Amino acid sequence: MGKRIGMEVGIAAAEAVGLCNIDVAAVYPITPQSHIAEHLSDIVHDGRIDAEFITVESEHSSISACAGASATGARVYTATSSQGLMYMHEILPIVSAMRLPVVMGNANRAVSGPLNIWNDHTDIMPQRDSGWIVMHAENGQEVIDMTIQSFKIAEHADVMLPTVLNMDGFQLTHMIEPLEFPTQAEVNKFLPDRVPYATLHPDKPMSMGCFNMPEIFTETLKAKDTALINSKKTIVKIWNEWEKQFGRAYKPVETYKTKGADTMILTMGSMGETASVAVDELRKAGKPIGLVKLRLWRPFPLEELRMAIKGCKTLIVMDRAVSFGGAGGPVATEIKSLLFHDKDRPRIVDFIMGLGGRDVTVENFIDMVARAGKKKDESYEYYGVRE
Amino acid sequence: MIEVRWHGRGGQGAVTSVELLALAAIEEGKYAQGFPAFGPERRGAPVMAYNRISEKPIKIRSGIYHPDVVVVLDPSLIGLVNVTDGLKPGGLLVINTAKPAKDLRDKLKYTGNLATVDATHIAREELGVPIANTTMIGAVLKATKVLKFESLDAPIEERFGRIAARNKKALKRAYDNVKIAK
Repeated sequence: MGKRIGMEVGIAAAEAVGLCNIDVAAVYPITPQSHIAEHLSDIVHDGRIDAEFITVESEHSSISACAGASATGARVYTATSSQGLMYMHEILPIVSAMRLPVVMGNANRAVSGPLNIWNDHTDIMPQRDSGWIVMHAENGQEVIDMTIQSFKIAEHADVMLPTVLNMDGFQLTHMIEPLEFPTQAEVNKFLPDRVPYATLHPDKPMSMGCFNMPEIFTETLKAKDTALINSKKTIVKIWNEWEKQFGRAYKPVETYKTKGADTMILTMGSMGETASVAVDELRKAGKPIGLVKLRLWRPFPLEELRMAIKGCKTLIVMDRAVSFGGAGGPVATEIKSLLFHDKDRPRIVDFIMGLGGRDVTVENFIDMVARAGKKKDESYEYYGVRE
Repeated sequence: MIEVRWHGRGGQGAVTSVELLALAAIEEGKYAQGFPAFGPERRGAPVMAYNRISEKPIKIRSGIYHPDVVVVLDPSLIGLVNVTDGLKPGGLLVINTAKPAKDLRDKLKYTGNLATVDATHIAREELGVPIANTTMIGAVLKATKVLKFESLDAPIEERFGRIAARNKKALKRAYDNVKIAK
């Protein structure tokens, strides 16, 4: 590894893709992802990598072009955000059903309306049931590392599923911070060439993504579900390989100061870093508080979560999206459902916060911990909302 | 950790300032963040940008509300934007202005540490444009001693290429001429 260099994280995401020997990128620019699109386009244009950059007219086309290119056996990348991801929505389950290892970066941003370009997780949550592997990065270094890991995970013979790496828009994409890049030789050593299961080729015609009659559709969907559930084993294996080669550990569920903690905060994405400072301060004040960070959202790492929250009496879930008219935030709803039968499950307090760029400070986390302690039930709350 | 808030107008390069300062800090082996007040770009409108610089890895990713240092790139913002908002007691205000410190203190009702330099004048002479963003970095370096002066060399070379030398000269002039008053 080289020395730490300063770089904007969006640019670093494109640089990481540039190390991965891609064949095709089809990216449509959208704030706050634009710097990824622009810089990756520069990398291809300047001849730094031998790849095709398809300038598409929309995100519906970028993901479709990626699907087509991936079906020929190419290594492909796309990136988007918010409305762009919503526009891809129709194609996402097709990519996973066809078992095409497309790798995507998503610069998380609020979904309209009203129009808002700032960060939250309302764009990724509606894609939850698309059959993609969904991961969240916490800082710029993780964006670099996990982008590279994504190709190996997606293309692995035991996985063959598309992956989306979430990086919080602005909070990560527009931040200049110290980063370490692996060398090209190191990435080559880690990331083997793609060996496709089947390829489209004019000389050897075949059909992919066929029409399914009712007699086979259920089986196809179950196969996708099984593939996604089984992918966790390979994801963990590849993360272990990364740790062995580069020294930085990645786990489906990360913990921070959870030992002896009876109350834990649970986050996804960049807020975990700010929350960790709140945990430091609460620990200094003698309060047994820990932090749990979900890195993997799909497949959901239930066993790892159970281990992480052992002994926890109150789990405070930070949700950055809402299921309107439902049970609250999607993360808390999911965790409540999965732990429903667990006898010793913690009380789950759900805060919906950090929507559309609303800043969440260290003090806010400390305040939420105090509020959670006073709450009697498990109803959800819009933290800091003005009424 | 030192937290800096920059006030400028869209197009005056406040974001470039925080980028250069962050890159220089990282070049020195420190940890740093440089980021804009997130949102659409608006030429001419009051904008803010931020730096955090630390000896240790920086974990906080929220905004900066209680800066140690406030830098004002455009003197016309004084009276329009509350530039001392949240400035820590014992903090430092660095202003691009030709006016005497006393005038600014009276106008801002500010008694804390103050550094002033006529960066627009220097930028006009050295760069031929009234854009004071790189020039003001010189004033910040002198007044805060947060980084070594030479640490800016590489980021400025990288960013400005053939006009790097003129930017460095402007920065040095601000470094030498900034007036620091307790």
